[in-house]
Amino acid sequence: MVGCTAQDKQTRPLEDCVPRIRVRELSVAFGSYVLMSKVSFDVQPGDIFMIMGGSGCGKSTLLRVLMGLKEPSAGTVQYDGTDFWNGTANTRSELMRGTGVLFQNGALWSSMTLAENVQLPLQLYTDMDEAMIREYASLKLALAGLAGFEDYYPSEISGGMRKRAGLARAMALDPPILFLDEPSAGLDPVSSRLLDDLILELRESLGTTFVIVSHELASIFAIANNGIFLDAQTRTATAHGDPNALLRAPDTEANARLFLTRGGAKAEATT
Amino acid sequence: MDTCPQVVIQVREKLLHICVGGCWNRNIPWPQEAGDALRAIVDARISNVRLESTELVQWDSSLLVFLCQVVKAAKERSIPVQTALPHGLDRMLKLAFAVPPKEGSGRENHKEQLFARVGACVLGLLPRIGDFLSFLGELVFSFRRLLLGKTQMRLQDLFSAMHECGIQALPIISLTSLLFGLILAFVGAVQLTQFGAQIYVAGLVGIGMLRVMGAIMVGVVMSGRVGAAYAALIGTMQVNEEVDALSTLGVSPHDFLVLPRVLALMGMVPLLTLYADLMGLVGGFMVGTLMLDLNPMEYLNATVTMVPFKHVIVGLVYGTTFGGIVALFGCYHGIRCGRSAQAVGQATTTAVVHSIVGIIVATAVITIVCNVLGV
Repeated sequence: MVGCTAQDKQTRPLEDCVPRIRVRELSVAFGSYVLMSKVSFDVQPGDIFMIMGGSGCGKSTLLRVLMGLKEPSAGTVQYDGTDFWNGTANTRSELMRGTGVLFQNGALWSSMTLAENVQLPLQLYTDMDEAMIREYASLKLALAGLAGFEDYYPSEISGGMRKRAGLARAMALDPPILFLDEPSAGLDPVSSRLLDDLILELRESLGTTFVIVSHELASIFAIANNGIFLDAQTRTATAHGDPNALLRAPDTEANARLFLTRGGAKAEATT
Repeated sequence: MDTCPQVVIQVREKLLHICVGGCWNRNIPWPQEAGDALRAIVDARISNVRLESTELVQWDSSLLVFLCQVVKAAKERSIPVQTALPHGLDRMLKLAFAVPPKEGSGRENHKEQLFARVGACVLGLLPRIGDFLSFLGELVFSFRRLLLGKTQMRLQDLFSAMHECGIQALPIISLTSLLFGLILAFVGAVQLTQFGAQIYVAGLVGIGMLRVMGAIMVGVVMSGRVGAAYAALIGTMQVNEEVDALSTLGVSPHDFLVLPRVLALMGMVPLLTLYADLMGLVGGFMVGTLMLDLNPMEYLNATVTMVPFKHVIVGLVYGTTFGGIVALFGCYHGIRCGRSAQAVGQATTTAVVHSIVGIIVATAVITIVCNVLGV
């Protein structure tokens, strides 16, 4: 693999690295309605990459394009240098196996227990025996803080726990890339903080790359080291980079600044 | 050498050294020493465990699973575990034990005995019947509010339900009833032509369709087409908490969701029954004139003389009852649906099964009653 780690980035110029995800001139349209156009960005290995923007700007749709659920109308998406959408269906499913997805409400299969939810990807794509798969699933649930909940059904646990279980399922195959759709929406501040810690921990320990859609400012500033801001009016990306740097930079685009300052500097001053 | 996972065990007095190395991948099975290591911990002489790594080239969750098992086994005997592992591995191991299992969260998978299950089933029957009766009671109150003019039902819901279960069902009713009339005529013709009584096909088809078969055809089609849709729709609303949203607005879900559907079905199914009767007669007429070479006027005349009008009325009674049954079971199972995708599927299946069984039972009851009354 030619991707570069966080250490490499300091020693080597950025151009030398093949980014984990490279998006170029991406346009997405529903029929004749163009949702976004000419969106370009790179996600480096080990990045926690935030897709930010107001409601209806296409954050989730962009994520769906990256996950292979919606075909873009123009532009390219590359994973580790391999073209995603111009390849065959086989390449696509191969590449998708290197990713895990946490959907907004967990999207756990309701007819299966939490353990079975985590076991399914393992049963489909590994040669491990059943006993090993069970151990694996227990470990993943324990990592997500759900030790002992193996035999519960998704309808029997709380929303925050469902999200954690969804994360455990996304991690089942140890994917190098995890997509999270609004991971902290609907969680209390403490659970949301615990989830952020878990994300940072996974990045530190396993070097997992995260692509996260979020508008939880606290968590954006706490964990992201890169990101883009999508604008609903201009229908393209208007700001790129570390959200903390964007907040400080004087030339950040007005709407992105509004977003990052929660409606303006005034509101910030009063709080 | 470094392409396969390695475990080296050393015992120094009471200290158990477990050293992992090599390349751990979930597609490569654990080395044999892994099992030895897990067994070694159980040894009573060991009172200390130390986890180390040398030349660890690559690792994934399979190594983590192994280390977790070691730590778990050690914890069971309350032996202290020291770790000298790479940074990331150590953190993941700590994370796995960061949240202890909640007390009482574990579950035992115990299989129930046959008698216990049968018993539970029988004992559960009474509350279920009670629940259905309370649903019926709510509906009666809903009706009362409708008659008193205090209902919260919206007319547009009623009309859209009528459109859905009435007009949109015409094509499928046409097809099934026409074919059923044809089949009935064919089956009768085979017997009746043997003694030259082809003309009685008109009476057979007429009485058969008008009295009961038209209504049954409509009932069965409606239970699959509309009853299932009601159960799935209201069940999904239940999953999305839409029904709760109605309740918090002070709107009775019975008034708003159930009543219009029950009224629509009870209103439209009799009309559909009349239509199905007509299509069935057309089917019989086609067989009579085209296959049995009966004179068209003669066939129609025979139908009129052989089929008294009371059969149409009896057919309408059947139809109205079936409409009620389909709507009741569809809405009941929708309203009582659980909060998951699986529950919606179950509600839909049960709604259809109960509707069809209900239709058959109701047919038997009405037939006996008619027989006793001599209609």
